[in-house]
Amino acid sequence: MSMNVIQASGLAKRYGSTWALRECTLAIPSGHVAALVGPNGAGKTTLLNLAVGLAEPSAGDVTVLGGLPAGSPAALDGIAFVAQDTPMYKNLSAADMLHLTANLNRRFDRRYAQARLGELGIPLNWKAGKLSGGQQAQLALTLALARRPRLLVLDEPVAMLDPVARHDFMGTVLAAVADDGVSVVLSSHVLAELERVADYLIVLSQGRVQMAGEVDGLLASHRMLTGPAAEAASYAEQPVVHLRRGGAQAHLLVRATAGDPVPPGWEAHPVGLEELTLAYLREPAAAALPGPARGRDIQPSEVTR
Amino acid sequence: MTTLTMAGCPKHDVGLRPVPWRRMVWVTWRQHRAALAGVTVFLGAIAVYLWLTGLQIHHSYATACHPASSLACNINFTGRYAVTVNVVRVFLQAAPALIGAFAGAPVLARELETGTFRFAWTQGIGRWRWTLGKLVLLAVTVAAAAAAFSMLFSWYLRPFSSAGYAIPFATDVFDLREVAFVAWTLAAFAIGALAGMLIRRVVPAIAATLAVYAGLGLATALYLRQHYMTPLLTSKLNLPGSAWIVSQWYTTGGKFAFPARGSQIVSAVSRLCPPRIGNSSISPAQCLTQHGYTPWASYQPGSRFWPFQWIEGGWLLALSVLLIAVTVWLVRRRAA
Repeated sequence: MSMNVIQASGLAKRYGSTWALRECTLAIPSGHVAALVGPNGAGKTTLLNLAVGLAEPSAGDVTVLGGLPAGSPAALDGIAFVAQDTPMYKNLSAADMLHLTANLNRRFDRRYAQARLGELGIPLNWKAGKLSGGQQAQLALTLALARRPRLLVLDEPVAMLDPVARHDFMGTVLAAVADDGVSVVLSSHVLAELERVADYLIVLSQGRVQMAGEVDGLLASHRMLTGPAAEAASYAEQPVVHLRRGGAQAHLLVRATAGDPVPPGWEAHPVGLEELTLAYLREPAAAALPGPARGRDIQPSEVTR
Repeated sequence: MTTLTMAGCPKHDVGLRPVPWRRMVWVTWRQHRAALAGVTVFLGAIAVYLWLTGLQIHHSYATACHPASSLACNINFTGRYAVTVNVVRVFLQAAPALIGAFAGAPVLARELETGTFRFAWTQGIGRWRWTLGKLVLLAVTVAAAAAAFSMLFSWYLRPFSSAGYAIPFATDVFDLREVAFVAWTLAAFAIGALAGMLIRRVVPAIAATLAVYAGLGLATALYLRQHYMTPLLTSKLNLPGSAWIVSQWYTTGGKFAFPARGSQIVSAVSRLCPPRIGNSSISPAQCLTQHGYTPWASYQPGSRFWPFQWIEGGWLLALSVLLIAVTVWLVRRRAA
C-alpha cells in the first residue's frame, strides 16, 4: 500500500518578483520521516506552506495524502502542521491551548495530550508564553500529534532549541512514528539530527529539487573515493558529485554502488547522510532524482574548475 | 487510543463532516474575552454614569417642566443640564469607532502580526469557517452591547427631547439613537476586521479603522443622510422645531432668486432695504417678502425620524455584511 503524502508537479510560488520555488516536482511516499534540507532561501518553508494549504501555488499543483488538494477540508483534517518558531497564543495557558485545539478539530486525543504534557512536566495552568522554548515546541508538537494526523509537517522544528531539547523533541516525533505510523515531513538545517531520524531525504536548492530519495538508497548509490589529487581531474568513470582536495589526496563523492570497480590507487568508503547532504548542498548544479526526473550528471571538469 | 485512520484510505474522508460551528463559540470567547470585557467595561462605565445622572435629569424634568416653556424649567432643567448633555453627545460620537477599532481590528491583525495564523489556519476547521465563526459571533455580541447601551442613552435623552432641546435629527443625536448606534458600531467592527486583514498589523489597523470610520461618519452626516427620502417643500417659515431644514432659498416671480445664505441675499437686502434711521428693526425676511420675494424651505419632518433610523441601519448593516464577507473571502484566498 503506497501513496504519496506530498506530491508536487511543476509547483512554483512567486512572492512579488522573487520566485521562492520553481518547477518543483517531487513525490514523498508515506511511511517515512522525510527531511527537507537546503540553504536559506531554498524554498523549504514555501514548499511546506503550499503543502499545508497556507499558501496558494503561482503555478503547478500540489496534492497531499494520496491526491487530496492541499488545504481542502479532508487535507486539513489529516495533516498537523507545526510552523517555524511554533507560533502559539502566548496569553493562553497550556490547558487552554489544548482545549482550543480540541475545539478546532474533528479528532483530538485529549488523554494522549494530557499524559504527554504530564510526562514532559509542562504545567497545564502556565501561559504558553511563559514556557521555555523547548517546552513551547513540545506543547506545539503534542497538540499536533493529539490530532492523530496521518501526516505531521514540521517546519524547522528544532532550529531554536538547545541540544537536549532538540533530542527530546525528535524523540517525541520518533515515538509517534513508532506508535501510530504517522508520516513525517520536516525541514531542518540541523544535519546531524537528521542522521538519527530521517529515512527519506529531499535536498532543495534555489527553489528546485536537487536530490530526493530514500536515505538507504541514496547512501548505497554514493561512494567516497580517496586517491591521488593529481589524478582527480581526469577521473571520469562514474558521475562525480563533489570534489574535495586535501593536500596530496582528493576526495571524490561519486554516484556508485558498492559493487562498482574502484580504479587502482583509489580507496572507496561508504558515505554518511551528513557528508552526502553537504556534498550536494555545496554543488547546487548536481542532481540525483529518482526515475525520469533525474537531472544531468555533473562532469568532473566542471567540478574541478 | 483513538482509532487511527490508516494511511492510504482516502475513502475514509469522503463525506467528511466538518467541525461543528458551535465549537467556535468557546474558541471566540476564550481568545477575545479581554476585548469583549473591554467593550463591556467601557460601555458599562458610561452606562452607570448615564443612569445616575439620568435619574437626576428625569427628576428635575418631572418637577420643573410643567410646562416645558416655563421659567422654572429653563433654570432648573435646561440651564442645569444643557452643558452636560452636550458633552455626553460629543463624547459618545467616538464610542462606536473605539469599539470597532479595539474589538474588530485585532481579530485578524494580531494573528497575522504574531504568526499564530499558521497555527489557527491549519486546524481541521479550516480558515474561512474559523474567520466567519469568529467575526459573526463577535459582531453579534458587540451589536447586542451597543443595542442595550443605545436604549439607555435614549432614555437619558428623553427629557431633553420632550423639552424641545435635543432635536432627534441633530447630527450628534441621530447616530446615537437605537438603530443607528447599533448599526454604526457594527460597521466600525466590520471596518476594523477588514482593515486588520489588509494591513496585517494591529496598531496601523486600529488607526486606519478610526480614520475610515470618521470619514464615513462625516460624509453620512453632511451629505448622505438628507437624501434618504425626498425632502418636503414649504413656503411657510414657521416649521416645527423637530423638522430638519435641509436648505432654504428665495424665489421671485416663480423663479429661483438666491439661497437664504450667502453674499447674494446680503447684497439684495442692503439694496432693497438700505439701513436707514427708523428702519433698522426690519428683518431680512420681512424686507424680502415686502419686495415680492417668497421664502422656500426643503425639510425632513420630525415624523420621518424612525424611517430614517431604519434606512441608516439598513445600509450600514448591508455594508457590514459586505465588509465581513470580503474579509472572509480574503482569508480564504489570500496566501500567507
